[in-house]
Amino acid sequence: MYKRIAFTVNGKAYNFEVDVRESLLDVLRSHLGFTGAKQGCGVGECGACSVLIDGVPTDTCIYLAVWADGKEIRTIEGVAEKNGELSEVQKAFVDEGAVQCGFCTPGLVLTTTALKESGKDYTREELKRELSGHLCRCTGYQNILKAAEKSLEGHVCTCVDSPHYKGE
Amino acid sequence: MYDIKGYYDAETVSEATALLAENPNLKIIAGGTDVLIKMHGGQLEDAELLSLRKIKSLEKIDLADDGTIVIGAMATFSMVFHNTILKDLIPILTEAAISMGGPQIRNIATIGGNVCNGATSADSASSLFALNAQLKLESKNGERVVPIREFYLGPGKVAINPGEILTEVRIAPEDYKGFAGHYIKFAMREAMDIATLGVAVVCKVQGGSFEEVRIGLGVAGPTPLRCLEAEEYAKGKKISSDTLAEIGKLAVKSTKARTSWRASKEYREHLVEELTQRALKTAVVSAGGAEVV
Ligand SMILES: Cc1cc2nc3c(=O)[nH]c(=O)nc-3n(C[C@H](O)[C@H](O)[C@H](O)COP(=O)(O)OP(=O)(O)OC[C@H]3O[C@@H](n4cnc5c(N)ncnc54)[C@H](O)[C@@H]3O)c2cc1C
Ligand code: FES
Ligand code: FES
Repeated sequence: MYKRIAFTVNGKAYNFEVDVRESLLDVLRSHLGFTGAKQGCGVGECGACSVLIDGVPTDTCIYLAVWADGKEIRTIEGVAEKNGELSEVQKAFVDEGAVQCGFCTPGLVLTTTALKESGKDYTREELKRELSGHLCRCTGYQNILKAAEKSLEGHVCTCVDSPHYKGE
Repeated sequence: MYDIKGYYDAETVSEATALLAENPNLKIIAGGTDVLIKMHGGQLEDAELLSLRKIKSLEKIDLADDGTIVIGAMATFSMVFHNTILKDLIPILTEAAISMGGPQIRNIATIGGNVCNGATSADSASSLFALNAQLKLESKNGERVVPIREFYLGPGKVAINPGEILTEVRIAPEDYKGFAGHYIKFAMREAMDIATLGVAVVCKVQGGSFEEVRIGLGVAGPTPLRCLEAEEYAKGKKISSDTLAEIGKLAVKSTKARTSWRASKEYREHLVEELTQRALKTAVVSAGGAEVV
């Protein structure tokens, strides 16, 4: 069974028929060539396949392609500037040595990008919690957290008696 | 590829119930975080799916004029966590919501799916049990309301009839007003883990005594459950460490814990006794009582 869907990826419009059995990850990787979204576990545990759907981090391995109808999707391929310059979040990941094999990196960069673009403040604990849907088998997470903190500079609240921290 | 034979979208509840009445074999899909995992594991084959994802009216979280809290079945765990009504009135549910899965899962998994999946480990369940939640089920022929305690029948088994859809989770004012509560999820990791035990308590305190206590437990038996004996005992008792210790002991009596790879029966029973007391200690203070030392 096929269904016609219309959606955008990184600002470019697509309109075609998808097999209802396919995940969005299948469509992104196999039909559209956005291979920055990785398949790790395939069951929603690892976050390697995460992309932003209408700005919200979502695991595409357990997201049916038909659900993408009408959505704006952002993958890692759409994060850098058009001229190839890396985004601030990407630069922070490079600068902090937060990338080893790189398999988890697209998802982490996208989630961090969403946090940054939310304009909200986060405590360190909240930041850890927001990144907890991404497994990394290489780095030990410290440098990833540093990169996320750097990306959100000015929006990470470290003062334990601020009302924000208490309200957590 | 998922083993999907057919896929239908409903845009309204009446459209969904009409489709279900026509084809009772349709499998409802909400966030898909249980359904798709089952398909992936081969436990669900040749599925004909009815998606509720386009029914936006089911995502609403509202406070009715009579004080009833109404949570649409399609509200995601992220929506539940960020909702200010729920945070103010029933924080044991928002605490449970944020303890569930990880961010990407919470962004898509729904409270209705959590309840209908029928798992004893469902993170919303112990809180909803403690809050005496009522479930509104709609079918082509009408609607009915079922208390959550009568909804869970066994592991993965719930009291939903063919043709029915869960549309609302409701909490009546008399079940939350004047109560304070606390939720503890005990798990091996702080994120992306299924509970070894879930404990939700609510209590009403007056003049240093318990006026009422309700205790909901997850993973302490084949379904989530309430500790009625302990609750009955607590009524009118002076709040003290002895009273709490007795409540903890009695709570274990209501459980039917078993040994799984996560934890042994004995360990779970120990957790029930200990964590019920800890949760109550915090709840007592939130309810305006003195700290129990
Ligand atoms: C990586 C991962 C981590 C997880 N972690 C947790 C966790 O920590 N805690 C936890 O409790 N769960 C966890 N889960 C399980 C799952 O996410 C939850 O049970 C979730 O709430 C299910 O909701 P859903 O909307 O995705 O349901 P679906 O998968 O769409 O549906 C679940 C079941 O409910 C039925 N259904 C759904 N909505 C309705 C409705 N409105 N009316 C009638 N029937 C309906 C479906 O037919 C199906 O049988 C996890 C799952 C994954 C993949
Ligand atoms: S591949 Fe999707 S979460 Fe692991
Ligand atoms: S860098 Fe290898 S998994 Fe994270």
